Amino acid sequence: MPFGLLKYGLSRRYPVERQLPPRPDLKPSYDVVIIGGGGHGLAAAYYLSRYHGITDVAVLDKGYLGGGNTARNTAIIRSNYLTPEGVAFYDESLRLFRGLSHELDFNILYSERGHLTLAHTDAAIRTSRWRAEVNTHLGVESRLVFPEEIARIEPTLNLSRATRYPVLGALYHVPGAVARHDAVAWGYAIRAAERGVELHPKTEVTAIEQTGGRVSAVVTDRGRIRCGAVIQAVAGMSSVVAKMAGFRLPIRSIPLQACVSQPLKPFLNTIVVSGSLHIYVSQSSRGELVMGSASDPYPLYSSRSSLEFAEGLMAHILELFPFLGEVKLMRQWAGVTDMTPDFAPVMGLSPLAGYYLDAGWGTWGFKATPACGLNMAALVATGEVPDRIAPFTLDRFADLRLLGEKGAASVGH
Amino acid sequence: MKILTCPLNGPRNIAEFSYGGEVTAMPDPNGCSDAEWADHLMMADNTAGIVREWWCHIASAYWFIAERNTVTDEIIRTYPASEVFKQRIDFDAPDGGGGR
Ligand SMILES: Cc1cc2nc3c(=O)[nH]c(=O)nc-3n(C[C@H](O)[C@H](O)[C@H](O)COP(=O)(O)OP(=O)(O)OC[C@H]3O[C@@H](n4cnc5c(N)ncnc54)[C@H](O)[C@@H]3O)c2cc1C
Repeated sequence: MPFGLLKYGLSRRYPVERQLPPRPDLKPSYDVVIIGGGGHGLAAAYYLSRYHGITDVAVLDKGYLGGGNTARNTAIIRSNYLTPEGVAFYDESLRLFRGLSHELDFNILYSERGHLTLAHTDAAIRTSRWRAEVNTHLGVESRLVFPEEIARIEPTLNLSRATRYPVLGALYHVPGAVARHDAVAWGYAIRAAERGVELHPKTEVTAIEQTGGRVSAVVTDRGRIRCGAVIQAVAGMSSVVAKMAGFRLPIRSIPLQACVSQPLKPFLNTIVVSGSLHIYVSQSSRGELVMGSASDPYPLYSSRSSLEFAEGLMAHILELFPFLGEVKLMRQWAGVTDMTPDFAPVMGLSPLAGYYLDAGWGTWGFKATPACGLNMAALVATGEVPDRIAPFTLDRFADLRLLGEKGAASVGH
Repeated sequence: MKILTCPLNGPRNIAEFSYGGEVTAMPDPNGCSDAEWADHLMMADNTAGIVREWWCHIASAYWFIAERNTVTDEIIRTYPASEVFKQRIDFDAPDGGGGR
């Protein structure tokens, strides 16, 4: 055996196992074209092929698969939202996430940590209580906890009353979890490709053609393809691509930044969020602190990261964990997020027949990957909008039936 | 530090300002349909490129217009809103403003 290993190590041609097929040539037409090969587009492709027998599908991405916000997010999975529609939807996603490693036969490193949203003001306590009530009513495990219990859940957290914003309480969401974000995209991609879905990285959509109010073809930098249906899942580029399809969206593209520290021994049990301090932090299985904040103050189509972000974040992180003063930051980055006015997504039909929207995922869409893919696939396969996603229709903005999720989504992502 | 030049206060740290959205033509509040008004409130061009947008210098509560490239973050020009908006808009609702 040791010789086998040595031979393998010294060999020039590693017998590399290829999990994803090489990119094929584009065919002139597909039943379904998916624009955007992030977690969302790949999940929809998987569920179409796995549960609806629709395999004549092409997933197009202008970059590499899963290289957008799927690669940039901080991988927090939770269902402790504020609106009943949101809680029910994200809880379906959380349940799918729990079984996903088995479903895909691919380890997505799903890890339940518990999720603490700290409240430093009376108003924040009120919102926490409200969320706890809505969650409990819908069978989601969330409750209000106070400093004595917080100290048991997260012993290293600074609960001193002598800080600028002492912790008064917290919303404790027991099932809060993290997963390996890239593995989610890879798992869906591999299993979709096995069923015949074609994956086309480095293929940018540049125009969308319609005939008689129905989408008929997608033009790419590798040629034109006819199609029966299109799913648009392009996150921060949602408005730009929707414009090709001839309509506007209630979306502003705003960067969200994050960073990681050097690896430390495990000390942080939960995911800790503070709305008042505008920060959140969890510890990855490699030991790095994964940290982030609220969105950038203004729109930008660029994934540059800023010193202002790191400075503002660190000041508040040190308030909660003063002993991290000497710890070094390793990397910081940003992703361009598709923000809606009500902090809820846009899923379903669009003004163009046969053209389906998976957008408005802002800073909260990683956790939605399985449920969004499942429901979008059902929509495309049957033409019927599943009840679960009906409230997230684009029409809600014209009817002023917004979903008001900001209180549960602006800092905790 | 990123600098934004306020037409009233001169070059300042962009952290002193608040972003106020794209400059868009407002439909006549007394004459437009509900759909037009909702569109005005909710929808956005969200252009990737040069846009005109509202900014406010927070400390002096001064609103003005900036032309900015939303891909490169380059600020091209800033100027007082009076260069674009020449007359006052009054929001007198048809029923005298008492609401419905
Ligand atoms: C810093 C950060 C932290 C976050 N943290 C969390 C979190 O903790 N929890 C959570 O739930 N969510 C979080 N999010 C949000 C989450 O990352 C996104 O909502 C989610 O990943 C969106 O997935 P997607 O597949 O729709 O988009 P993406 O992964 O961005 O995929 C879209 C793809 O579309 C492609 N594309 C764009 N234009 C074109 C075109 N013209 N032609 C072809 N392809 C195109 C892009 O190349 C890209 O790969 C965070 C986001 C960021 C930026």
